[in-house]
Amino acid sequence: MNGFALYWRYVGVSLRGQMLYPTAFLLRLHSQFLVTIVEFGGVWVLFQRFHHVRGWSFAQVALFYAITSIAFALADGLSRGFDSVGPMFVKTGNFDRLLLRPRSAALQITAQDFTLSSIGRVAQGVVALIVAIALLKPDWGIGTVLLLTWSVAGGTALFFALKTFEGTLSFWTTEGLEVANTLTYGGEAAAQFPLDIYSAWFRKFLLYFVPIGCSLYLPVALALGRDVGVPAWVAALAPATGFAFLFVALAVWGIGIRHYTSTGS
Amino acid sequence: MNALPYLSILRARFMLMLQYRTAAWAGVATQFWFGAIRVMTLAAFYEGAGKQPLNLAQVVTYIWLGQAFLAMLPWAADAEIAAAVESGNVGYERLRPIDTYLLWFARALAWRVANTSLRAGPVFMLAAVLLPLTQMHAWAWRMPASGLSAALFVVSITLTAILSSAITVLLNIVVTALKTQRVVGFSMGLVNLFSGLVIPLALFPNWAQGALLWQPFAGLADIPYRLYFGALSGGMAMQGLAAQALWIVLLVLLGRWWLDRVMARIDMQGS
Amino acid sequence: MAQIKVENLSKIYRIAARDPGLAGAFRGLFHRQHKEVAALDRVSFALEEGELLGFIGPNGAGKSTTIKILSGILRPSAGHCDVGGLVPWESRVAHVARIGVVFGQRTQLWWDLPVIESFELLRDIYRVEQAAFASTRDRLVEMLKIAPILDTPLRQLSLGQRMRCEIAAALLHRPRILFLDEPTIGLDAVSKLALRDFIKALNREEGVTVLLTTHDMHDIEALARRVIIIGNGRLLRDSSFESMRADVLGERRLIVDFADEPSDVAVEGATVRARDGRTVEFAFDPSRTPAHTLIAKVAAAHEIADMRVEDPGIEEVIARFYALHGAVDA
Repeated sequence: MNGFALYWRYVGVSLRGQMLYPTAFLLRLHSQFLVTIVEFGGVWVLFQRFHHVRGWSFAQVALFYAITSIAFALADGLSRGFDSVGPMFVKTGNFDRLLLRPRSAALQITAQDFTLSSIGRVAQGVVALIVAIALLKPDWGIGTVLLLTWSVAGGTALFFALKTFEGTLSFWTTEGLEVANTLTYGGEAAAQFPLDIYSAWFRKFLLYFVPIGCSLYLPVALALGRDVGVPAWVAALAPATGFAFLFVALAVWGIGIRHYTSTGS
Repeated sequence: MNALPYLSILRARFMLMLQYRTAAWAGVATQFWFGAIRVMTLAAFYEGAGKQPLNLAQVVTYIWLGQAFLAMLPWAADAEIAAAVESGNVGYERLRPIDTYLLWFARALAWRVANTSLRAGPVFMLAAVLLPLTQMHAWAWRMPASGLSAALFVVSITLTAILSSAITVLLNIVVTALKTQRVVGFSMGLVNLFSGLVIPLALFPNWAQGALLWQPFAGLADIPYRLYFGALSGGMAMQGLAAQALWIVLLVLLGRWWLDRVMARIDMQGS
Repeated sequence: MAQIKVENLSKIYRIAARDPGLAGAFRGLFHRQHKEVAALDRVSFALEEGELLGFIGPNGAGKSTTIKILSGILRPSAGHCDVGGLVPWESRVAHVARIGVVFGQRTQLWWDLPVIESFELLRDIYRVEQAAFASTRDRLVEMLKIAPILDTPLRQLSLGQRMRCEIAAALLHRPRILFLDEPTIGLDAVSKLALRDFIKALNREEGVTVLLTTHDMHDIEALARRVIIIGNGRLLRDSSFESMRADVLGERRLIVDFADEPSDVAVEGATVRARDGRTVEFAFDPSRTPAHTLIAKVAAAHEIADMRVEDPGIEEVIARFYALHGAVDA
């Protein structure tokens, strides 16, 4: 069975395990939705007082918020395994079990922790999207819809890559992995607003160093018809950086495994 | 009453925290970063905005206080107790010659104090000292409005620790009564919102201000922080402290009563 | 040509050392010290196809480290290793597809799944063709007698049942090499015997090469013709068990039940090890005093009700060996 088919086989097994406890599953889903929708509510409350932030309206910000949340939620559901690599596998020595199988460890980890309850988070993003569309009443063609989908894809790849980096860190230390949250959750928190509300250095950081903005800011700004200082075609292709980043992350993961096998458990 | 067992619980908690030194540093870095992002976001909103119930300096300070004292909040039931419940061993808690409520309370309080003291200092160094040094005055954590504010803040944050512990013990009791910890995650969104950590309560619509002050979670963050920069003063300050104290009394009484009932049932059934 | 070759394998671990107490913990926030521990020190040996090697040593001697290196999940600090033409840690995927590994205290089966579903998942992971899988599975199920528990989730099984499933799982892809790390630990007597019989059959009848680490000396007695003893990371002995016994503790024992409690039992050519009422245990060196000579002398002196001749137990031999080499639990 090839890698792709094996992934879905694993996911099936994992889902059955999660569905064994439907109440727990639903509670998790609801609490994810509740926690995140409250944050969106907070944004709405802010706009009740301030009405605009650097020229962006609530409806426009809601679109950025929605695209970012959905991308993050999708990545979260797919890459949850990397969160627990440290405590569940490396610290306990169970990582050996994965290495004893003739398959890539990354495949086994992501497949086995496929988290369906992330749908709660996705739902919150969809609510924000509906609000945005209802308020903007845009006339988007198929091109813009594709652009926004491509934006979500690039964002998902990027957040997935960041999660992979976090998992890789656990080969060196099983503590202090929190710091990776600065990039994953922090990145999400930052990208929920259009990046031009931040100072130049921060915006550049999120465009050129950890290219969250390439996937989640440039294409969306393009869709909203705002000029962001780069040609339209650049903005349209920018989400590819998310995939490039993912490629790098997986290479670094390989280095992490090499380190693990050198130091033992 | 012998305080020794409770002191040793506190000491044990400190030791545990210090073992994970990388985690300690990482936690500080993460919180500083989150604080910075929120500060930058709020700063953008305040640009060109008119007069607001809190000015930017106060909101910025509020955010930093929130990050520094994040560990104060009742984020979850005590993990060890939750594990004991799920494995059915919670009855063994009764074997110890200490009052169970006080024991759980001491654990919760120790958790809060130890975790916070490790984070608050470094976050303060970074946000209150380093930022002004690097010319980013606008985003720095400001000093208290006055000596009186500082004193009121200290009193209030102490009440916060106690209030948060009381809530945590209630979470423990819920977990014990329901025999599962899965329900607890639900409450997080609400606690977050009503404590003021998502948006400072003062920035909510004006008509809601009265009710917001008197709900139990306001005392977890909003009240002490506003006392710090003097947004609550005089009569309002007294109201804030009174609200905290009131909820402490109510929640402790509720907790004791409920725990007795839950434990009596466990004693009889052998969990 | 040896199937498994190990040459000068060494492994050094760096361990963080921490000062005790609260002050020490505070200091640990800023500065960390390390000490180096040699888990393996230039270990060399070779195994032919179809051999069954017993690997013993005190706790922490380096047995598990050796197995991990041979499995390919740990890189040595120095030395070379070759298993069937592959270097384990460099060709991990190709290598692990050809071996079976059982760690006594860990399971590779899925905790919540019925055993048979774990097996099927492993079939997919190891890319075993369905027909081959079905026949191997049926044979293993029959040999290990696990048919009645195939549909039970792993977490509901007893330790003995789990180990049998574990071994079956390790063999589903028909590896020619099997590494067993403490497989009988914690098992009851019946399960241990069943497991030993199975491993013996696997090795003697099917020619699977087996490397077995264990603390249970009776495993060794039952299975291993050849033993390697590791102590403090060094290879102390590589020989058949019998030759080691002869070298280390060559004496034999004569246990006699006398008809009446004898007053004086001193006999030339033997020493009295123990006595309990009418039973006396003699120790003698068979190269100087043959057993029949001693028996004749004892029988001549007193009336005998019953007797037997024994070799020292394997545990005693090993303990004596460890003592001679200063090999202690690490």
